[in-house]
Amino acid sequence: MATIKNEMISFSQVHMRYPGGREALKNLNFTVERGEMVFITGPTGAGKSTLLKLVAAIVKPSTGSVVVSGQNVGKLRQAAIPYLRRKLGLIFQDHKLLYDRSVLENVMLPLHITGFPRAETLKRARAALDKVNLLGLEKANPISLSGGEQQRLCVARAIVNRPAIVLADEPTGNLDADYANEIMEMFKSFNQVGVTLLIATHDEHLITRHSGKTLHLKQGELPA
Amino acid sequence: MNWLEQHRLALGLILRRFARSPLSSLLAMMVIGVALSLPLGLYTLVDNTRSLAGNVKIQPQITVFLSPGASAGSAREIEARLKEKHAIRQFRFIPRDQAMQELLQSAGLADVAAGLDKNPLPDAFVIETLSTNPAELESLRNGLLKLPKVDSVLLDTVWAKRLNGMLRLGRDIALLLAALLGFALVVVTSNTIRLQILSQRDEIEISKLIGATDAFIRRPFLYHGALQGLGGGLAAWLIVVLCLHFLNIGVDELARLYASRFHLQVPGTGDMLALLLFSSLLGWIGAFLAVGRHLREIEPRA
Repeated sequence: MATIKNEMISFSQVHMRYPGGREALKNLNFTVERGEMVFITGPTGAGKSTLLKLVAAIVKPSTGSVVVSGQNVGKLRQAAIPYLRRKLGLIFQDHKLLYDRSVLENVMLPLHITGFPRAETLKRARAALDKVNLLGLEKANPISLSGGEQQRLCVARAIVNRPAIVLADEPTGNLDADYANEIMEMFKSFNQVGVTLLIATHDEHLITRHSGKTLHLKQGELPA
Repeated sequence: MNWLEQHRLALGLILRRFARSPLSSLLAMMVIGVALSLPLGLYTLVDNTRSLAGNVKIQPQITVFLSPGASAGSAREIEARLKEKHAIRQFRFIPRDQAMQELLQSAGLADVAAGLDKNPLPDAFVIETLSTNPAELESLRNGLLKLPKVDSVLLDTVWAKRLNGMLRLGRDIALLLAALLGFALVVVTSNTIRLQILSQRDEIEISKLIGATDAFIRRPFLYHGALQGLGGGLAAWLIVVLCLHFLNIGVDELARLYASRFHLQVPGTGDMLALLLFSSLLGWIGAFLAVGRHLREIEPRA
């Protein structure tokens, strides 16, 4: 039982077929332990994003089960999904920031959603911005930030809730090497304090420079 | 769990959104205000007329005219029968000679009366009743008609009934207008909120990805609808008050000519609170309908 307790994410016999017939994932079986940092690699269209979407219950598996910290995600009621997502920190290649509010307010959004008290919200949001070195820009509008800064803001928003799991979809996709390294160093520091990370990337250099477990997807499959 | 804070956030978000586009927010409220001012204005006018009519004492009078050839004996007989009727408070007998004298003394008709060579008027009883209920009066009138030697019975509450009928019609029209325009308010709000939801698409999608419940996403839109309705109600009230002030210029002059102190009154606090509650509620309903229909469509893209 002790080993099961440490499984943060487990896929068993997961098939994922999108409406229209394209089979995105075939017979996936793997587990991610608590505190692991796992890279998901493979060319575009190999199913990396779909895998992350399964974890966050954005899509449901056609067959098989996806279990995230003890919950079978595919069988969750619609009303339970928000509470699952609050345990996750999501980082997107296109940042998905809100441009009608300030940097600080963007980071406060997850805390508002969870319903933190006001003083605690401000304290935590500033701490998260401090971790990604954006504290000086808290009043700025995200549109005025550079690509790297926007990505760091997205990271701050993902970790402000102190999630147990962080999912990152091509977090360094649009960044040059220096910025990409910066992001990776942040991920490593999160990992050192026990956060489980799942990072989808097609950037093989990134993985060779930063050690971690790798799942290499090939046309929706994990070759043994 | 911190629900007060959640409501404060939603309210703050909407107020900031209003402040960011004050003109379009005001316009939306004005549209609702104009629509609501019609039934509110009509209702206020009817209410004012009713208070005017209420000042006139509606004491129903029944006049019983005897047949032209009725003898003094039959008049006494009828008098005895009238005394038995409980619905009658008091009555007096007006003999035909007295009626002729009164006619001769009255202004305008004296010449006409003097030209008559014989008295055409019948004996009459003037009756004051206890009840003012139209149905009871009507049955009393029918009873009186059946008495011997009675030619006709005149119930002179007809004008009061007509006035009351018209006032009721006015009030019914106001209610009907309120219902129709209330429906329009729901539709208008629902449409504004729909546009708002579509323009907020990214925000809704991102909020859902971060773990927002439907209630969290719905809340600001419901506030938006209710506040817009509230603003519309205030606008309607303002429009009616301004219109009444304008109308009162003419009304005061007319009232002075009739030596009356009649003055159009603005709706009272109770009416105003009811209006604001009504318009906020309808705005909330409009928003609720829009949110219910469109929020489900916006899911994080698969």
